[in-house]
Amino acid sequence: MSEFLQQVINGISLGSIYALIALGYTMIYGILRFINFAHGDVFMVGAFIGYFVAPHVISLTGGSLWIAAPIVLIVTMVGCSALGVTIEKLAYRPLRSRPKLTVLITAIGVSFFLEYGGQLVFGPDPKLFPTLIPSSSLINTQHVVIGTNSIVVILTAIVLMLLLRFIVYNTKMGTAMRAVSFDHRVASLMGINIDSVISFTFVLGSGLAAAASLLYASVYPSINPLMGIFPGLKAFVAAVLGGIGNLAGAALGGLIIGITETFVSGYISSSYRDAIAFAILILILLFKPSGILGRHDRDKV
Amino acid sequence: MSQLSESMLEVTSLEVKYGAIAALRGISLSVKTGQIVTMIGANGAGKSTLLRAISGLIRVCSGNISLGDADITNLPPHRIVGFGVSHAPEGRMIFANLTVRENLEMGAYLRRDSDAVAGDLDRVFLLFPRLKERINQQGGTLSGGEQQMLAVGRAMMARPKLLLLDEPSLGIGPILVKAIFQTIVEINRELGMTILLVEQNAHLALKIAHYGYVLETGNIILEGPSSEIACNELVRKAYLSE
Repeated sequence: MSEFLQQVINGISLGSIYALIALGYTMIYGILRFINFAHGDVFMVGAFIGYFVAPHVISLTGGSLWIAAPIVLIVTMVGCSALGVTIEKLAYRPLRSRPKLTVLITAIGVSFFLEYGGQLVFGPDPKLFPTLIPSSSLINTQHVVIGTNSIVVILTAIVLMLLLRFIVYNTKMGTAMRAVSFDHRVASLMGINIDSVISFTFVLGSGLAAAASLLYASVYPSINPLMGIFPGLKAFVAAVLGGIGNLAGAALGGLIIGITETFVSGYISSSYRDAIAFAILILILLFKPSGILGRHDRDKV
Repeated sequence: MSQLSESMLEVTSLEVKYGAIAALRGISLSVKTGQIVTMIGANGAGKSTLLRAISGLIRVCSGNISLGDADITNLPPHRIVGFGVSHAPEGRMIFANLTVRENLEMGAYLRRDSDAVAGDLDRVFLLFPRLKERINQQGGTLSGGEQQMLAVGRAMMARPKLLLLDEPSLGIGPILVKAIFQTIVEINRELGMTILLVEQNAHLALKIAHYGYVLETGNIILEGPSSEIACNELVRKAYLSE
Protein backbone atom coordinates (compact mmCIF):
# COMPACT_ATOMS: atom_id res chain seq x y z
CA MET A 1 0.00 0.00 0.00
CA SER A 2 2.69 2.44 0.97
CA GLU A 3 4.66 1.64 -2.14
CA PHE A 4 1.52 2.33 -4.12
CA LEU A 5 1.19 5.75 -2.47
CA GLN A 6 4.82 6.47 -3.22
CA GLN A 7 4.31 5.61 -6.88
CA VAL A 8 1.23 7.81 -7.08
CA ILE A 9 3.10 10.82 -5.71
CA ASN A 10 6.01 10.23 -8.08
CA GLY A 11 3.63 9.72 -10.98
CA ILE A 12 1.71 12.93 -10.29
CA SER A 13 4.99 14.81 -10.00
CA LEU A 14 6.29 13.50 -13.34
CA GLY A 15 2.83 13.86 -14.86
CA SER A 16 2.63 17.56 -13.92
CA ILE A 17 5.86 18.14 -15.81
CA TYR A 18 4.49 16.36 -18.89
CA ALA A 19 1.30 18.36 -18.50
CA LEU A 20 3.18 21.67 -18.62
CA ILE A 21 4.95 20.64 -21.83
CA ALA A 22 1.76 19.17 -23.32
CA LEU A 23 -0.03 22.50 -22.81
CA GLY A 24 2.42 24.13 -25.21
CA TYR A 25 1.80 21.51 -27.90
CA THR A 26 -1.93 21.76 -27.53
CA MET A 27 -2.09 25.58 -27.51
CA ILE A 28 0.04 25.92 -30.60
CA TYR A 29 -1.98 23.20 -32.30
CA GLY A 30 -5.17 25.03 -31.31
CA ILE A 31 -4.02 28.25 -32.97
CA LEU A 32 -2.01 26.99 -35.95
CA ARG A 33 -3.26 23.40 -36.46
CA PHE A 34 0.20 21.90 -36.58
CA ILE A 35 2.44 20.04 -34.15
CA ASN A 36 5.45 22.09 -33.14
CA PHE A 37 7.97 19.29 -32.99
CA ALA A 38 10.65 21.72 -31.82
CA HIS A 39 8.74 22.20 -28.56
CA GLY A 40 10.68 19.50 -26.71
CA ASP A 41 13.92 21.16 -27.73
CA VAL A 42 12.78 24.54 -26.43
CA PHE A 43 12.30 22.61 -23.18
CA MET A 44 15.93 21.42 -23.45
CA VAL A 45 17.20 24.95 -24.03
CA GLY A 46 15.31 25.95 -20.86
CA ALA A 47 17.32 23.45 -18.84
CA PHE A 48 20.56 24.89 -20.23
CA ILE A 49 19.50 28.47 -19.52
CA GLY A 50 18.81 27.33 -15.95
CA TYR A 51 22.16 25.55 -15.83
CA PHE A 52 24.08 28.69 -16.78
CA VAL A 53 21.97 31.25 -14.92
CA ALA A 54 21.35 29.43 -11.64
CA PRO A 55 24.91 29.55 -10.16
CA HIS A 56 25.09 33.33 -10.69
CA VAL A 57 21.66 33.95 -9.22
CA ILE A 58 22.39 31.66 -6.27
CA SER A 59 25.62 33.48 -5.45
CA LEU A 60 23.95 36.88 -5.89
CA THR A 61 21.15 35.99 -3.51
CA GLY A 62 23.60 34.70 -0.90
CA GLY A 63 22.70 31.06 -1.39
CA SER A 64 19.05 31.31 -0.44
CA LEU A 65 17.33 28.88 -2.82
CA TRP A 66 13.82 30.06 -1.90
CA ILE A 67 14.72 33.46 -3.38
CA ALA A 68 17.02 32.25 -6.14
CA ALA A 69 14.74 29.57 -7.63
CA PRO A 70 11.85 31.91 -8.55
CA ILE A 71 14.32 34.33 -10.16
CA VAL A 72 15.91 31.54 -12.20
CA LEU A 73 12.40 30.40 -13.14
CA ILE A 74 11.44 33.82 -14.45
CA VAL A 75 14.71 34.32 -16.35
CA THR A 76 14.39 30.88 -17.96
CA MET A 77 10.75 31.47 -18.89
CA VAL A 78 11.59 34.80 -20.51
CA GLY A 79 14.52 33.22 -22.36
CA CYS A 80 12.48 30.33 -23.74
CA SER A 81 9.57 32.60 -24.64
CA ALA A 82 11.97 34.73 -26.67
CA LEU A 83 13.29 31.59 -28.35
CA GLY A 84 9.78 30.32 -29.12
CA VAL A 85 8.68 33.64 -30.62
CA THR A 86 11.87 33.81 -32.70
CA ILE A 87 11.38 30.29 -34.05
CA GLU A 88 7.82 31.14 -35.01
CA LYS A 89 8.85 34.41 -36.71
CA LEU A 90 11.80 32.99 -38.65
CA ALA A 91 10.71 29.46 -39.44
CA TYR A 92 6.91 29.16 -39.32
CA ARG A 93 5.51 32.58 -40.20
CA PRO A 94 6.95 32.68 -43.75
CA LEU A 95 5.14 29.37 -44.37
CA ARG A 96 1.79 30.52 -42.96
CA SER A 97 -0.11 30.03 -46.21
CA ARG A 98 1.66 26.83 -47.22
CA PRO A 99 0.35 23.30 -46.64
CA LYS A 100 0.53 22.16 -43.02
CA LEU A 101 2.91 19.36 -43.98
CA THR A 102 5.51 21.92 -45.04
CA VAL A 103 5.34 23.58 -41.63
CA LEU A 104 5.45 20.21 -39.89
CA ILE A 105 8.63 19.20 -41.69
CA THR A 106 10.12 22.61 -40.94
CA ALA A 107 9.34 22.04 -37.26
CA ILE A 108 11.24 18.76 -37.39
CA GLY A 109 14.10 20.66 -39.02
CA VAL A 110 14.08 23.28 -36.26
CA SER A 111 14.06 20.44 -33.74
CA PHE A 112 17.23 18.90 -35.27
CA PHE A 113 18.80 22.33 -35.48
CA LEU A 114 18.31 22.90 -31.75
CA GLU A 115 19.41 19.38 -30.80
CA TYR A 116 22.60 19.33 -32.81
CA GLY A 117 23.24 23.05 -32.51
CA GLY A 118 22.95 22.40 -28.78
CA GLN A 119 25.59 19.67 -28.99
CA LEU A 120 27.85 22.07 -30.85
CA VAL A 121 27.39 24.91 -28.36
CA PHE A 122 26.98 23.07 -25.04
CA GLY A 123 28.90 19.91 -25.93
CA PRO A 124 27.38 16.44 -26.10
CA ASP A 125 28.36 15.31 -22.57
CA PRO A 126 25.77 15.36 -19.82
CA LYS A 127 26.05 18.15 -17.29
CA LEU A 128 25.02 18.20 -13.67
CA PHE A 129 22.09 20.54 -13.12
CA PRO A 130 22.55 22.69 -10.00
CA THR A 131 20.24 22.14 -7.04
CA LEU A 132 17.41 24.69 -7.16
CA ILE A 133 14.90 23.04 -4.89
CA PRO A 134 16.17 22.64 -1.33
CA SER A 135 16.08 18.90 -0.82
CA SER A 136 14.66 17.54 2.34
CA SER A 137 12.06 14.97 3.18
CA LEU A 138 8.74 16.36 4.28
CA ILE A 139 7.39 12.94 5.15
CA ASN A 140 9.81 10.17 5.81
CA THR A 141 8.38 6.96 7.16
CA GLN A 142 9.82 3.57 6.71
CA HIS A 143 7.88 3.07 3.48
CA VAL A 144 7.02 6.44 2.05
CA VAL A 145 9.38 9.30 1.34
CA ILE A 146 7.88 12.51 0.07
CA GLY A 147 10.56 15.06 -0.65
CA THR A 148 10.28 18.77 -1.16
CA ASN A 149 11.11 18.08 -4.80
CA SER A 150 7.81 16.35 -5.61
CA ILE A 151 5.78 18.88 -3.68
CA VAL A 152 7.49 21.88 -5.30
CA VAL A 153 7.05 20.33 -8.74
CA ILE A 154 3.36 19.65 -8.20
CA LEU A 155 2.63 23.05 -6.63
CA THR A 156 4.54 24.99 -9.29
CA ALA A 157 2.70 23.13 -12.03
CA ILE A 158 -0.68 23.78 -10.40
CA VAL A 159 0.03 27.50 -9.96
CA LEU A 160 1.19 27.86 -13.58
CA MET A 161 -1.81 25.95 -14.92
CA LEU A 162 -4.22 28.10 -12.92
CA LEU A 163 -2.45 31.19 -14.21
CA LEU A 164 -2.74 29.89 -17.77
CA ARG A 165 -6.40 29.13 -17.26
CA PHE A 166 -6.95 32.67 -16.00
CA ILE A 167 -5.14 34.18 -18.99
CA VAL A 168 -7.00 32.08 -21.54
CA TYR A 169 -10.50 32.39 -20.07
CA ASN A 170 -10.51 35.72 -18.24
CA THR A 171 -8.45 38.17 -20.25
CA LYS A 172 -9.06 39.92 -23.53
CA MET A 173 -5.91 38.40 -25.06
CA GLY A 174 -7.05 34.94 -23.97
CA THR A 175 -10.46 35.45 -25.55
CA ALA A 176 -8.69 36.61 -28.70
CA MET A 177 -6.62 33.41 -28.61
CA ARG A 178 -9.76 31.32 -28.50
CA ALA A 179 -11.28 33.42 -31.28
CA VAL A 180 -8.20 32.90 -33.46
CA SER A 181 -8.23 29.18 -32.73
CA PHE A 182 -11.78 29.09 -34.09
CA ASP A 183 -11.07 30.94 -37.34
CA HIS A 184 -8.24 33.26 -38.32
CA ARG A 185 -10.18 35.23 -40.90
CA VAL A 186 -13.20 35.94 -38.76
CA ALA A 187 -10.91 36.88 -35.86
CA SER A 188 -9.07 39.35 -38.08
CA LEU A 189 -12.43 40.97 -38.90
CA MET A 190 -12.72 41.84 -35.21
CA GLY A 191 -9.51 43.86 -35.46
CA ILE A 192 -7.44 41.11 -33.85
CA ASN A 193 -3.85 41.09 -35.09
CA ILE A 194 -3.42 37.37 -35.80
CA ASP A 195 0.38 37.55 -35.77
CA SER A 196 0.46 39.08 -32.28
CA VAL A 197 -1.90 36.43 -30.96
CA ILE A 198 0.28 33.68 -32.46
CA SER A 199 3.40 35.25 -30.92
CA PHE A 200 1.63 35.47 -27.57
CA THR A 201 0.70 31.79 -27.81
CA PHE A 202 4.34 30.92 -28.37
CA VAL A 203 5.28 33.07 -25.37
CA LEU A 204 2.87 31.10 -23.17
CA GLY A 205 3.74 27.67 -24.55
CA SER A 206 7.50 28.16 -24.44
CA GLY A 207 7.31 29.76 -20.99
CA LEU A 208 5.55 26.67 -19.65
CA ALA A 209 8.15 24.42 -21.32
CA ALA A 210 10.84 26.48 -19.59
CA ALA A 211 9.24 25.96 -16.19
CA ALA A 212 8.85 22.25 -16.96
CA SER A 213 12.53 22.00 -17.85
CA LEU A 214 13.68 23.39 -14.50
CA LEU A 215 11.35 21.06 -12.62
CA TYR A 216 12.44 18.10 -14.73
CA ALA A 217 16.14 18.89 -14.31
CA SER A 218 15.63 19.24 -10.57
CA VAL A 219 14.28 15.69 -10.47
CA TYR A 220 16.65 14.22 -13.08
CA PRO A 221 19.70 16.51 -12.78
CA SER A 222 21.70 15.14 -15.69
CA ILE A 223 21.09 17.41 -18.67
CA ASN A 224 22.24 17.15 -22.30
CA PRO A 225 21.21 18.62 -25.67
CA LEU A 226 19.11 15.57 -26.59
CA MET A 227 17.23 15.48 -23.29
CA GLY A 228 14.15 17.14 -24.83
CA ILE A 229 13.36 14.32 -27.23
CA PHE A 230 11.67 11.84 -24.90
CA PRO A 231 9.84 14.24 -22.57
CA GLY A 232 8.78 16.13 -25.71
CA LEU A 233 7.40 13.02 -27.40
CA LYS A 234 5.66 11.85 -24.24
CA ALA A 235 4.09 15.25 -23.71
CA PHE A 236 2.95 15.15 -27.33
CA VAL A 237 1.32 11.78 -26.64
CA ALA A 238 -0.25 13.33 -23.53
CA ALA A 239 -1.71 16.16 -25.62
CA VAL A 240 -3.14 13.68 -28.14
CA LEU A 241 -4.45 11.45 -25.36
CA GLY A 242 -6.29 14.34 -23.70
CA GLY A 243 -7.58 15.66 -27.02
CA ILE A 244 -5.25 17.91 -28.96
CA GLY A 245 -6.29 21.55 -28.81
CA ASN A 246 -7.93 21.09 -25.43
CA LEU A 247 -6.19 22.64 -22.39
CA ALA A 248 -7.79 20.51 -19.70
CA GLY A 249 -7.13 17.49 -21.89
CA ALA A 250 -3.40 18.25 -22.04
CA ALA A 251 -3.21 18.47 -18.25
CA LEU A 252 -5.17 15.25 -17.83
CA GLY A 253 -3.16 13.46 -20.52
CA GLY A 254 0.09 14.53 -18.87
CA LEU A 255 -1.01 13.12 -15.53
CA ILE A 256 -2.14 9.83 -17.06
CA ILE A 257 1.13 9.37 -18.95
CA GLY A 258 3.20 10.31 -15.89
CA ILE A 259 1.36 7.99 -13.53
CA THR A 260 1.30 5.10 -16.03
CA GLU A 261 4.99 5.47 -16.70
CA THR A 262 5.85 5.49 -12.99
CA PHE A 263 3.70 2.42 -12.36
CA VAL A 264 5.16 0.52 -15.26
CA SER A 265 8.70 1.19 -14.13
CA GLY A 266 7.81 0.53 -10.50
CA TYR A 267 5.80 -2.67 -10.84
CA ILE A 268 6.87 -4.17 -14.16
CA SER A 269 10.24 -3.07 -15.37
CA SER A 270 11.86 0.28 -16.03
CA SER A 271 12.91 -1.01 -19.46
CA TYR A 272 9.29 -0.52 -20.58
CA ARG A 273 9.17 3.00 -19.16
CA ASP A 274 9.56 4.76 -22.49
CA ALA A 275 7.59 2.21 -24.50
CA ILE A 276 4.38 2.60 -22.53
CA ALA A 277 3.67 6.16 -23.76
CA PHE A 278 3.87 5.01 -27.35
CA ALA A 279 1.73 1.97 -26.69
CA ILE A 280 -0.86 4.40 -25.31
CA LEU A 281 -0.50 6.56 -28.44
CA ILE A 282 -1.21 3.59 -30.70
CA LEU A 283 -4.26 2.65 -28.63
CA ILE A 284 -5.72 6.16 -28.75
CA LEU A 285 -5.12 6.47 -32.46
CA LEU A 286 -6.88 3.14 -32.96
CA PHE A 287 -9.83 3.60 -30.65
CA LYS A 288 -10.38 7.29 -29.93
CA PRO A 289 -8.34 9.51 -32.24
CA SER A 290 -10.02 12.65 -30.93
CA GLY A 291 -8.67 11.98 -27.43
CA ILE A 292 -10.42 11.82 -24.07
CA LEU A 293 -11.76 15.37 -23.97
CA GLY A 294 -11.37 16.19 -27.65
CA ARG A 295 -14.14 16.85 -30.06
CA HIS A 296 -14.07 16.34 -33.78
CA ASP A 297 -13.04 19.36 -35.75
CA ARG A 298 -15.98 21.44 -36.76
CA ASP A 299 -16.68 21.25 -40.46
CA LYS A 300 -15.54 24.48 -42.01
CA VAL A 301 -18.07 26.21 -44.19
CA MET B 1 -33.68 61.59 -43.18
CA SER B 2 -30.57 63.67 -43.12
CA GLN B 3 -28.51 62.93 -46.14
CA LEU B 4 -24.99 64.24 -46.11
CA SER B 5 -23.56 64.38 -49.55
CA GLU B 6 -19.96 63.53 -48.69
CA SER B 7 -18.92 60.02 -49.42
CA MET B 8 -17.81 57.53 -46.78
CA LEU B 9 -16.55 54.83 -49.10
CA GLU B 10 -15.22 55.18 -52.62
CA VAL B 11 -14.46 52.10 -54.69
CA THR B 12 -12.78 52.80 -58.02
CA SER B 13 -12.25 50.34 -60.89
CA LEU B 14 -12.00 47.42 -58.51
CA GLU B 15 -10.77 44.17 -59.97
CA VAL B 16 -10.61 40.94 -57.95
CA LYS B 17 -9.65 37.52 -59.27
CA TYR B 18 -9.85 34.02 -57.83
CA GLY B 19 -6.96 32.43 -59.65
CA ALA B 20 -7.67 33.06 -63.31
CA ILE B 21 -11.35 33.75 -62.79
CA ALA B 22 -12.38 37.38 -62.53
CA ALA B 23 -14.89 37.89 -59.73
CA LEU B 24 -15.12 41.68 -60.00
CA ARG B 25 -14.35 43.29 -63.34
CA GLY B 26 -13.43 46.86 -62.56
CA ILE B 27 -16.44 48.11 -60.62
CA SER B 28 -16.81 51.56 -59.10
CA LEU B 29 -19.25 52.60 -56.42
CA SER B 30 -19.68 55.09 -53.69
CA VAL B 31 -21.41 54.96 -50.33
CA LYS B 32 -22.52 58.30 -48.93
CA THR B 33 -22.18 59.03 -45.23
CA GLY B 34 -25.30 58.21 -43.24
CA GLN B 35 -26.96 56.16 -45.95
CA ILE B 36 -27.95 52.54 -46.36
CA VAL B 37 -26.64 51.38 -49.71
CA THR B 38 -27.52 47.96 -51.02
CA MET B 39 -25.81 45.75 -53.53
CA ILE B 40 -28.22 43.25 -55.03
CA GLY B 41 -27.53 40.47 -57.47
CA ALA B 42 -27.77 36.75 -57.99
CA ASN B 43 -25.68 34.13 -56.29
CA GLY B 44 -22.12 34.28 -57.61
CA ALA B 45 -22.44 37.82 -58.94
CA GLY B 46 -19.53 38.93 -56.77
CA LYS B 47 -21.41 40.63 -53.92
CA SER B 48 -19.59 38.86 -51.09
CA THR B 49 -16.30 39.27 -52.95
CA LEU B 50 -16.82 43.02 -52.90
CA LEU B 51 -17.28 43.05 -49.12
CA ARG B 52 -14.27 40.77 -48.63
CA ALA B 53 -12.15 43.10 -50.72
CA ILE B 54 -13.27 46.12 -48.70
CA SER B 55 -12.53 44.46 -45.37
CA GLY B 56 -9.18 43.11 -46.59
CA LEU B 57 -9.99 39.40 -46.56
CA ILE B 58 -8.97 39.01 -50.19
CA ARG B 59 -6.38 40.81 -52.25
CA VAL B 60 -7.37 43.35 -54.82
CA CYS B 61 -5.74 42.99 -58.27
CA SER B 62 -6.21 46.55 -59.32
CA GLY B 63 -8.31 49.53 -58.43
CA ASN B 64 -8.70 51.49 -55.28
CA ILE B 65 -10.74 51.41 -52.08
CA SER B 66 -10.75 54.50 -49.91
CA LEU B 67 -12.52 55.37 -46.72
CA GLY B 68 -12.81 59.12 -46.28
CA ASP B 69 -9.28 60.31 -46.97
CA ALA B 70 -7.61 57.01 -46.17
CA ASP B 71 -6.57 54.54 -48.84
CA ILE B 72 -7.36 51.11 -47.39
CA THR B 73 -6.67 49.01 -50.49
CA ASN B 74 -5.01 45.71 -49.57
CA LEU B 75 -4.37 46.60 -45.93
CA PRO B 76 -4.56 43.63 -43.54
CA PRO B 77 -8.09 43.14 -42.15
CA HIS B 78 -7.26 44.08 -38.56
CA ARG B 79 -5.93 47.48 -39.71
CA ILE B 80 -9.03 48.14 -41.79
CA VAL B 81 -11.17 47.52 -38.68
CA GLY B 82 -9.09 50.26 -37.07
CA PHE B 83 -10.27 52.68 -39.76
CA GLY B 84 -13.86 52.07 -38.69
CA VAL B 85 -15.05 49.31 -41.00
CA SER B 86 -16.90 46.37 -39.52
CA HIS B 87 -17.86 43.34 -41.59
CA ALA B 88 -20.52 40.81 -40.62
CA PRO B 89 -19.55 38.01 -42.99
CA GLU B 90 -21.83 35.69 -44.89
CA GLY B 91 -22.85 32.47 -43.19
CA ARG B 92 -22.74 34.33 -39.86
CA MET B 93 -19.37 32.93 -38.78
CA ILE B 94 -19.76 33.60 -35.09
CA PHE B 95 -17.23 32.07 -32.70
CA ALA B 96 -18.88 28.77 -31.76
CA ASN B 97 -16.43 28.22 -28.88
CA LEU B 98 -17.02 31.62 -27.28
CA THR B 99 -20.03 32.69 -25.24
CA VAL B 100 -22.49 35.24 -26.57
CA ARG B 101 -20.94 37.87 -24.32
CA GLU B 102 -17.41 37.01 -25.45
CA ASN B 103 -18.48 37.14 -29.09
CA LEU B 104 -19.81 40.64 -28.54
CA GLU B 105 -16.71 41.67 -26.61
CA MET B 106 -14.54 40.51 -29.49
CA GLY B 107 -16.57 42.82 -31.73
CA ALA B 108 -15.28 45.69 -29.59
CA TYR B 109 -11.73 44.31 -29.54
CA LEU B 110 -9.97 47.50 -30.65
CA ARG B 111 -11.98 49.86 -28.48
CA ARG B 112 -10.45 51.32 -25.34
CA ASP B 113 -13.55 53.20 -24.13
CA SER B 114 -14.84 50.48 -21.83
CA ASP B 115 -17.75 52.54 -20.46
CA ALA B 116 -19.10 53.19 -23.93
CA VAL B 117 -18.57 49.51 -24.81
CA ALA B 118 -20.72 48.53 -21.84
CA GLY B 119 -23.37 50.96 -23.09
CA ASP B 120 -23.26 49.47 -26.57
CA LEU B 121 -23.57 45.98 -25.10
CA ASP B 122 -26.79 47.09 -23.41
CA ARG B 123 -28.00 48.55 -26.68
CA VAL B 124 -27.38 45.28 -28.53
CA PHE B 125 -29.34 43.46 -25.83
CA LEU B 126 -32.12 46.02 -26.17
CA LEU B 127 -32.28 45.40 -29.92
CA PHE B 128 -31.98 41.61 -29.52
CA PRO B 129 -33.42 40.56 -26.15
CA ARG B 130 -32.97 36.91 -27.20
CA LEU B 131 -29.22 37.37 -27.00
CA LYS B 132 -29.43 38.63 -23.45
CA GLU B 133 -31.24 35.44 -22.42
CA ARG B 134 -28.38 33.44 -23.91
CA ILE B 135 -25.55 35.67 -22.70
CA ASN B 136 -23.43 32.88 -21.19
CA GLN B 137 -24.25 30.24 -23.78
CA GLN B 138 -21.66 29.19 -26.33
CA GLY B 139 -22.17 30.70 -29.75
CA GLY B 140 -22.33 27.27 -31.35
CA THR B 141 -25.45 26.34 -29.38
CA LEU B 142 -27.55 29.20 -30.79
CA SER B 143 -30.17 28.73 -33.47
CA GLY B 144 -29.54 30.09 -36.96
CA GLY B 145 -31.59 33.20 -36.33
CA GLU B 146 -29.91 33.89 -33.01
CA GLN B 147 -26.52 33.47 -34.64
CA GLN B 148 -27.53 36.03 -37.25
CA MET B 149 -28.54 38.48 -34.51
CA LEU B 150 -25.24 37.85 -32.80
CA ALA B 151 -23.32 38.47 -36.03
CA VAL B 152 -25.09 41.80 -36.56
CA GLY B 153 -24.71 42.74 -32.89
CA ARG B 154 -21.04 41.81 -32.90
CA ALA B 155 -20.37 43.96 -35.95
CA MET B 156 -22.18 46.85 -34.23
CA MET B 157 -20.02 46.51 -31.14
CA ALA B 158 -17.07 47.94 -33.05
CA ARG B 159 -19.16 51.11 -33.37
CA PRO B 160 -17.99 51.32 -36.97
CA LYS B 161 -18.31 54.25 -39.30
CA LEU B 162 -19.18 51.78 -42.02
CA LEU B 163 -21.02 48.52 -41.41
CA LEU B 164 -20.77 45.82 -44.08
CA LEU B 165 -23.60 43.30 -43.88
CA ASP B 166 -23.45 40.16 -45.99
CA GLU B 167 -26.80 38.44 -46.55
CA PRO B 168 -28.32 39.00 -43.11
CA SER B 169 -31.49 37.25 -44.32
CA LEU B 170 -29.73 34.06 -45.34
CA GLY B 171 -31.22 30.90 -43.89
CA ILE B 172 -33.58 32.41 -41.34
CA GLY B 173 -37.34 32.58 -41.12
CA PRO B 174 -39.36 35.51 -42.51
CA ILE B 175 -40.38 36.93 -39.12
CA LEU B 176 -36.79 37.10 -37.95
CA VAL B 177 -35.68 38.55 -41.28
CA LYS B 178 -38.17 41.35 -40.77
CA ALA B 179 -36.90 42.00 -37.23
CA ILE B 180 -33.31 42.11 -38.35
CA PHE B 181 -34.05 44.48 -41.22
CA GLN B 182 -35.96 46.70 -38.83
CA THR B 183 -32.90 46.74 -36.62
CA ILE B 184 -30.70 47.69 -39.56
CA VAL B 185 -32.93 50.71 -40.17
CA GLU B 186 -32.77 51.63 -36.48
CA ILE B 187 -28.99 51.37 -36.38
CA ASN B 188 -28.79 53.63 -39.39
CA ARG B 189 -31.29 56.22 -38.16
CA GLU B 190 -30.46 56.39 -34.49
CA LEU B 191 -26.72 55.77 -34.51
CA GLY B 192 -26.10 57.37 -37.87
CA MET B 193 -24.15 54.32 -38.97
CA THR B 194 -23.45 54.06 -42.69
CA ILE B 195 -24.36 50.63 -44.02
CA LEU B 196 -23.43 48.69 -47.13
CA LEU B 197 -25.89 45.82 -47.38
CA VAL B 198 -25.39 42.88 -49.68
CA GLU B 199 -28.59 40.91 -50.27
CA GLN B 200 -30.18 38.31 -52.45
CA ASN B 201 -33.54 39.34 -51.08
CA ALA B 202 -33.73 42.38 -53.34
CA HIS B 203 -37.26 43.21 -52.33
CA LEU B 204 -36.44 43.79 -48.68
CA ALA B 205 -33.08 45.37 -49.33
CA LEU B 206 -34.47 47.98 -51.73
CA LYS B 207 -37.22 48.79 -49.27
CA ILE B 208 -34.83 49.96 -46.57
CA ALA B 209 -31.92 51.28 -48.67
CA HIS B 210 -31.45 54.82 -49.91
CA TYR B 211 -29.39 53.85 -52.89
CA GLY B 212 -28.81 50.63 -54.73
CA TYR B 213 -26.51 48.88 -57.15
CA VAL B 214 -27.18 45.79 -59.22
CA LEU B 215 -24.25 43.48 -59.70
CA GLU B 216 -24.18 40.86 -62.44
CA THR B 217 -21.21 38.54 -63.01
CA GLY B 218 -18.69 41.03 -61.71
CA ASN B 219 -20.10 44.16 -63.37
CA ILE B 220 -22.42 46.83 -62.05
CA ILE B 221 -25.25 46.94 -64.54
CA LEU B 222 -27.48 49.44 -62.81
CA GLU B 223 -27.42 51.98 -60.03
CA GLY B 224 -29.70 54.65 -58.62
CA PRO B 225 -31.95 55.60 -55.72
CA SER B 226 -33.54 52.39 -54.52
CA SER B 227 -37.06 53.51 -55.37
CA GLU B 228 -35.97 53.87 -59.00
CA ILE B 229 -34.21 50.54 -59.02
CA ALA B 230 -37.26 48.86 -57.60
CA CYS B 231 -39.28 50.22 -60.54
CA ASN B 232 -36.80 49.19 -63.17
CA GLU B 233 -38.27 46.73 -65.61
CA LEU B 234 -35.18 44.53 -65.71
CA VAL B 235 -34.80 44.38 -61.96
CA ARG B 236 -38.46 43.60 -61.46
CA LYS B 237 -38.15 40.65 -63.78
CA ALA B 238 -34.81 39.28 -62.72
CA TYR B 239 -34.65 40.00 -58.98
CA LEU B 240 -38.09 40.82 -57.71
CA SER B 241 -39.65 37.90 -59.57
CA GLU B 242 -42.68 39.79 -60.74
